[in-house]
Amino acid sequence: MQLNRLSLVEAKRLVDKGETSPEEIAEAVLKRIEEVDGKIKAYITVNWSMVEDAKSVKNGKLSGIPIAVKDNICTKGVKTTCASKILYNFVPPYDATVVEKMKAEGYVLAGKTNLDEFAMGSSTENSAFFTTRNPWDLERVPGGSSGGSAAAVAADMCIASLGSDTGGSIRQPAAFCGVVGLKPTYGRVSRYGLVAFASSLDQIGPITKTVEDAAYLLEIISGRDPMDSTSAPVDVEDFKQRLSEDVKGLRVALPKEYFAEGIQGEVKEEVLSTVKLLEKEGVAVDEVSLPHTEYAVATYYIVAPAEASSNLARYDGVKYGYRAEDFNGLIDMYFKTRSEGFGDEVKRRIMLGTYSLASGYYDAYYLRAKKVRTLIKRDFERVFENFDVIITPTSPTTAFRIGEKSSDPLTMYLSDIFTISVNLAGVPAISIPCGLDSNGLPIGLQIIAKPFDEATLLKVAYRIQELVDFRGRYSPKV
Amino acid sequence: MGYEAVIGLEVHVQLSTKSKVFCSCSTEFGAPPNTHVCPVCLGMPGSLPVLNKKAVEYAVKAALALNCRVNLKSVFARKNYFYPDLPKGYQISQYDMPLAEDGYIEIETEKGSKRIRIKRVHMEEDAGKNIHGEGDDPFSYVDLNRAGVPLIEIVSEPDISSPEEARLYLQKLRTIMRYIGVSNADMEKGELRCDANVSIRPKGSDKLGTKTELKNMNSFRHVQRALEYEIERQISVVEEGGQVEQETRLWNPHLGITETMRKKEEEHDYRYFPEPDLVPLVLTEQFVENMRSELPELPDEKKKRFMDQYGLSAYDSEVLCSSRELADYYEKAVSAYNNPKAIANWVMVELLGRLNKESKDVTQSPIKPEQVAKLVELIDKGTISGKIGKQVFDIMYKEGGDPEAIVKEKGLVQITDAGEIEKFVDEVIAECPEEVQKYLKGKTKVIGYLVGQVMKKTKGKANPQLVNKLLREKLEGMKG
Ligand SMILES: [Zn+2]
Repeated sequence: MQLNRLSLVEAKRLVDKGETSPEEIAEAVLKRIEEVDGKIKAYITVNWSMVEDAKSVKNGKLSGIPIAVKDNICTKGVKTTCASKILYNFVPPYDATVVEKMKAEGYVLAGKTNLDEFAMGSSTENSAFFTTRNPWDLERVPGGSSGGSAAAVAADMCIASLGSDTGGSIRQPAAFCGVVGLKPTYGRVSRYGLVAFASSLDQIGPITKTVEDAAYLLEIISGRDPMDSTSAPVDVEDFKQRLSEDVKGLRVALPKEYFAEGIQGEVKEEVLSTVKLLEKEGVAVDEVSLPHTEYAVATYYIVAPAEASSNLARYDGVKYGYRAEDFNGLIDMYFKTRSEGFGDEVKRRIMLGTYSLASGYYDAYYLRAKKVRTLIKRDFERVFENFDVIITPTSPTTAFRIGEKSSDPLTMYLSDIFTISVNLAGVPAISIPCGLDSNGLPIGLQIIAKPFDEATLLKVAYRIQELVDFRGRYSPKV
Repeated sequence: MGYEAVIGLEVHVQLSTKSKVFCSCSTEFGAPPNTHVCPVCLGMPGSLPVLNKKAVEYAVKAALALNCRVNLKSVFARKNYFYPDLPKGYQISQYDMPLAEDGYIEIETEKGSKRIRIKRVHMEEDAGKNIHGEGDDPFSYVDLNRAGVPLIEIVSEPDISSPEEARLYLQKLRTIMRYIGVSNADMEKGELRCDANVSIRPKGSDKLGTKTELKNMNSFRHVQRALEYEIERQISVVEEGGQVEQETRLWNPHLGITETMRKKEEEHDYRYFPEPDLVPLVLTEQFVENMRSELPELPDEKKKRFMDQYGLSAYDSEVLCSSRELADYYEKAVSAYNNPKAIANWVMVELLGRLNKESKDVTQSPIKPEQVAKLVELIDKGTISGKIGKQVFDIMYKEGGDPEAIVKEKGLVQITDAGEIEKFVDEVIAECPEEVQKYLKGKTKVIGYLVGQVMKKTKGKANPQLVNKLLREKLEGMKG
């Protein structure tokens, strides 16, 4: 048995039964990283001492389980770079709340995974260091921005991982890599220690091999955090226990805007045929409309860059991270540090955001976008008056080729068209694999639920997982 | 043509909470650089602000004491600009939805009391401090101990029409902040900072002229001087046919002038937007009422009560109420002996005169309020004269001790025995024939000199009224 291939829940069960040990699992994971990460490049930092770490962990829900963490989530004493030159040497003196919570349950850090610089992108091609490859096809992107976390899970270079999702950054790479990715309700998981991209949209969530794992890990990282004022005072449920509840009688909505033109034929077919399987289980399916969908991308690209332009102001070369070598005075130091330290996409978004917040433009852009955001949120509320979940494709296409979209930011932005509305509305959503296209690439299906109704979301996802048995039927070639 | 000044003040007051406004670091002043810091106030990646409840309580108290309407919902906003002492690249402040609005305070001017309206009070965080290397040290340093200390910004309406009024307004603000215990509001320590918007217009006009903003005024005196200079400057610009330019100017205290810091087109665009890391600040009516009920008697209420209860003038009441400690001192004295007017005089003239000379305040007074009361009582009873009273007060101030004991010990009890005084009167009449002759010829004013001579002989202990009476009787008798 290859221990690195275990899911989180399987690994925990075997360790509890004494059939294996945390060290053995860590050894298997480390060996796998040594074997394949040279090709995939999922990790920016590998925890080479994970086997030793596994020997001395606390007893808890994650005892000795190697979990990879996206490199924009702070890990005390371990470099956290955001895949940016400007933080290439930043070692946080504190843990993110989610990391603290996992530590309390005895997790072992597998390493820090690659991403698009500051989580801005959909392919990891915007990493300042290197592009991560899709384990299903090394010529293709793993998606992004949490491409490293998704690829590490897909290639069994960890048992599970954490990503962050601002406009689809957990779900789209999960879809591209054939794994499960959950973006929790905004406020469900503390953002303390997540390096901010767009504060009102960012959410940390699990990327896992199974729906049970996502439920299991979500329960551990959730909860009101006094360090994050936007975290919600909502009770944490035992999500895993509710997975096997019957789905009969649930009402599923299919928004027509998500199945319209521009979508890859096989993606649409595979998602719809999966919905058919659900229908046979006694689930009621109906078409609905989310009429403001067409404004989501435009709204997102005002709100997110505006917040980013402010969030990224702190990287000025004064306190930590990169500082330009030669400069003449303060202003020159700022200019050179930021010109050299940030990549093109980050600079593009800082400029977009600076512009839309400028006096004289604020009302026309930022304020307007805020209003449209409210309309998008209302679209969802209206549908949820009559439905339990919404099902859509996660992305209009399967994984694209490296370099295919990197020269055209607009096409790249459109690859998040099905995931962005969810962040604007603050609702929870999950991507699960539902089949392969003719190129042998995974297709992701997205389920969206009411705020804080992750339980229903996971229940439907679990049922689909059972019906499709993707993990039992397929695995990447790497 | 005469001009009048139109002045509005933006005042920052540092709240004296123990910890910073968005983290739990200490606000203690004077610690070694960068020792009161944490990931939050250092602006480290991933850190988030959490609002300090105590700071909200203090800010609401201040707003209520300034007669403001407290908004039950207010929103924090980011003010974006780059500066090394600003670790996040933005300051968390409030913008279009401030904590409180529409207040006022009253100042006591020569022409009577005047109301200055307050436009808004909002909460924000302080920045750190840049320190520039001296001599051949080419480096600049940043100390972030102060970064994140809670501030309130108090913005007045342009109701202030002279530098003198500006000073009175600031002093009144300081008094109020100290009364309610939310800030020591010491300008020299930077606990109260003031920027001014100034413009001039022809007297009687209701149009506003182009304003300049003045910065870097670090004391009440500097505010007044800078405003005086700037008003004069603007008047001469206009009188020479020029136009005042909208700009920010710095007060140069060494040269006593204001100088251009940046022109209008160089002004920052702060790109304010709602702070997404904080939820709106929502207060309940109950909370606001609790804060109101915790407020002490405020300076204006106290002043009014002093006028009613003790029959003091507006001016005397204003002085005595200028600090809570002084007002308490006065009231303690009055409760020990009921002669409010006399006690007010002794406290204001003798005690404050001496304390001010030594730059001390009433909490450092070597004389207890009960001792002042006793002294006034001794004078009222005629045990000592007012003149001796001053002598006794001097001893009390310099050496300490109770007035009664001092009077006894130094033998200062007033001589009220007419027989005893008569001896001295006779001696003086015998020794001063010239003055006596003058009196007899009708120059009765000379009696003052003769009384003085008697007082001298008795070392001031004779009852002056009695001396006067006896002298007059004797001299009138000599006219025969
Ligand atoms: Zn701090």
